[in-house]
Amino acid sequence: MRKKIRNSALTLGMATALLLSGCNFSNSTEKVDDDKDNKVNQTLNVTEPADVPTLDSTKAHDGIAFTVLNNVNEGLYRQDENNLPIKALATEHKESEDKVVHTFTLRDSKWSNGEPVTAKDFEFAWKRVMKDNSPYAFMFVTAGIKNAEAILNAEKDADELGIKAIDEKTLEVTLEAANPLFQTLLTFPTFLPQNQKFVEEKGDQYALEADGILFNGPFKLVEWTHEQGWKYEKNEDYWDAKAVKLDNINVYVVKDPSTGTNLYETEKVDRVELSSALVDQYKDDENFQTLKESGLVFLRFNHKHPVLGNKDVRKAINMAIDKKGLTDVILKDGSSPLNGVVPAGFYNSPDNKDYRELNGDFNTGTVKEAQEAWAKGLKETGQKDVTVSINIADSDDQKKVAEYIQAQLEDNLPGFKLEIKAVPFAQRLEIEKAIEYDLSLSSWGPDYSDPMTYLDMWLKGGSANRMDYYNPKLDELVAKARTESDLTKRYQMLLDLEKILLEEDAAIAPLYQEGESILIREKINGVLVHPTGAEFTYKWASIKE
Amino acid sequence: MKRYLVKRIGYMLVTLFVIVTITFFLMQLLPGTPFTNPEKLTDQQMTILNAKYGLDQPVGIQYIRYLGNLVQGDLGYSFQHEGRTVSSMISDRIGPSAFIGLQALVFGAIIGLVLGIISALKHNSIFDYGSVAIAVIGMSIPSFVFAALLQYYVGVKLEWLPVALWEGYSSTILPSFALSVTVTATVARFIRSEMLEVLGQDYVITARAKGMTENQVIIKHVIRNALIPVVTMLGPLAVSIMTGTLVIEKIFSVPGLGEQFTLSILVLDYSVIMGITIFYSALFIFVVFLVDIIYGFLDPRITYKEGESA
Repeated sequence: MRKKIRNSALTLGMATALLLSGCNFSNSTEKVDDDKDNKVNQTLNVTEPADVPTLDSTKAHDGIAFTVLNNVNEGLYRQDENNLPIKALATEHKESEDKVVHTFTLRDSKWSNGEPVTAKDFEFAWKRVMKDNSPYAFMFVTAGIKNAEAILNAEKDADELGIKAIDEKTLEVTLEAANPLFQTLLTFPTFLPQNQKFVEEKGDQYALEADGILFNGPFKLVEWTHEQGWKYEKNEDYWDAKAVKLDNINVYVVKDPSTGTNLYETEKVDRVELSSALVDQYKDDENFQTLKESGLVFLRFNHKHPVLGNKDVRKAINMAIDKKGLTDVILKDGSSPLNGVVPAGFYNSPDNKDYRELNGDFNTGTVKEAQEAWAKGLKETGQKDVTVSINIADSDDQKKVAEYIQAQLEDNLPGFKLEIKAVPFAQRLEIEKAIEYDLSLSSWGPDYSDPMTYLDMWLKGGSANRMDYYNPKLDELVAKARTESDLTKRYQMLLDLEKILLEEDAAIAPLYQEGESILIREKINGVLVHPTGAEFTYKWASIKE
Repeated sequence: MKRYLVKRIGYMLVTLFVIVTITFFLMQLLPGTPFTNPEKLTDQQMTILNAKYGLDQPVGIQYIRYLGNLVQGDLGYSFQHEGRTVSSMISDRIGPSAFIGLQALVFGAIIGLVLGIISALKHNSIFDYGSVAIAVIGMSIPSFVFAALLQYYVGVKLEWLPVALWEGYSSTILPSFALSVTVTATVARFIRSEMLEVLGQDYVITARAKGMTENQVIIKHVIRNALIPVVTMLGPLAVSIMTGTLVIEKIFSVPGLGEQFTLSILVLDYSVIMGITIFYSALFIFVVFLVDIIYGFLDPRITYKEGESA
């Protein structure tokens, strides 16, 4: 018996050793060399809520991957602190007179395997996006690159995309027509270059591990342990390496916000996002900050609905909801009320004024004004009592918002009844696409840093319209703005588009723009946060004394 | 015995097949697409993607194809993590889950055993009431509450152990402890009642009458006999612990399998849902089988003769 026990103890020990070796612990043992030459340790520690699915820039589809790509690679342009495009790999950008043909001259720079970055690398990567019908292939259509739409519709071959490497350092891109958005879009990670030889060598394992991708940006990825985190190191071969202050960035995958806060408390990380439950606890902390984000949450109306099809009814619904109560009492997560379709702090006019300030608030009013509009609308539609349903996803947040709206509308609009129909997220979307709802609680994230991303979704038959809205004036003006190259004139058109949508038609009821509450250590400087594409740029970040 | 084994394995395969079939068809009832970024995909793109992954075929044909690949051991590729095979995703993540689960089992079994034995030997004393109280609390407080408390007090306040993350052995201790609470409580209660029963048996009186010391009686006769039912209970408990670590893994940022499973259902990653379901079911079926076999060795009253097998 005793011998048996010893044997089994031995087996147990071996099994434990085996298991431990299968555990993939990440290496935290290496000491960070503090106080080298009395310099501040330029190491930033941050968290991300999930792992990166793939770092293949042609296939990446999530903000976390975009952030990594933005910091380890360099494209023609990158976003500056105002989210405006600045030249990166391009030293020169010439346009033909009709602004259709764009010629870029590339600076000398190297991939991390020592090969030069050439115009061919762009041609290869861009055609690859089209060939694979990648999740963000539509960006090429938005950018108006020649034949992109035809390729997506399988009418043309990916090789016919309007991009050509003239020589090693000269890249020529042809558009369908002049497009004022083109430069802005070029900062998006889908437009990054790729080294053909390397990509083909790695095959279907390309960009799935840290050693499966090449770098030409401010940082190199030196470690990537799936589901646990990754580590950046300064790229000494980067063309602008002297601008890069940070030596290391450690990123930890932390899925639970309160865990993140506990890690912040123990000084393991320098920046965390707070969940709304934790905001009350930390809102007086000196390192507490609220950032405006660009996600828009709004109500879609079914414009074919007998009552909701009425403009005054929609206006009444807009006015009857106290949006401030919603963001400050119910959500408390950094969201702020929104009375327009383009969020505040998203985009400035050529003379540097915020879009939201210029256009002001739409469809706001007292409860009394709401009731007047409501009475008028009911009279026009010949109804007395109205029962409609609202289509929402069954997440906690959406339920909270829907219940609040229900209470507000039923209290403030006599005869109004709202039924909440909560379904799984994917189904909410299907119902919306089929327009089988009365009201739908929707959200929209911008694709690029320009108000157009919120305005051209309402075109007739557009895939994001999903509510049978149609105003020929809006369609016409969108078409005009798309090719207008005078920036001041174009900006005015963008302002007018929102007026058509909201002032004239009250087509949707905007509720709030998302925000985030964070804790960030005082010593952290210059981490750029962008509303679209990559969330963060670390190129200019540093640690203060 | 041999015939029994063959029969059992046959049943196991049939069970697995039924699970695969039911999961496959149930999954098709979920709305939505497995593709990323469905908000922005146009109908045109959707059609092309569906054709590329064979999702435009009738469900029956998709099912037969899936079975064909499965028989060859191919679980397919993830939709969300393009280029990554489902089997590599499982094998990458099962390690941490299994380690924490097994360690929790060891912690729980040892503590539970000690509590249970003390409480049976000191029946109706303050020790007994104390450990019964611990057991009841352990059963009724969910492990994630315990996890959050441990993280805050041991990790943040005392700074004895890492708050979270997966960086070496020390980071496995808190999650294992949090998970072990249920095991501790179950084992303690089981041992206590089994021992109380065994203590009243005739053979214990006989052993004492033979003049054995109290320690000999307890170790050789009482504990050994009380352990038999505990062993059979540990098998299924082990599986449920290894698979039920979702919340604990999230709280302690453990790169385990539990979280992946729920996530794959939420984003409708067909191949991952199937892969993990099959993996969990196979594991469970196998452990139940193993426990049945071990039970036969431990308890001589059970034999697997033909016709008698359960």
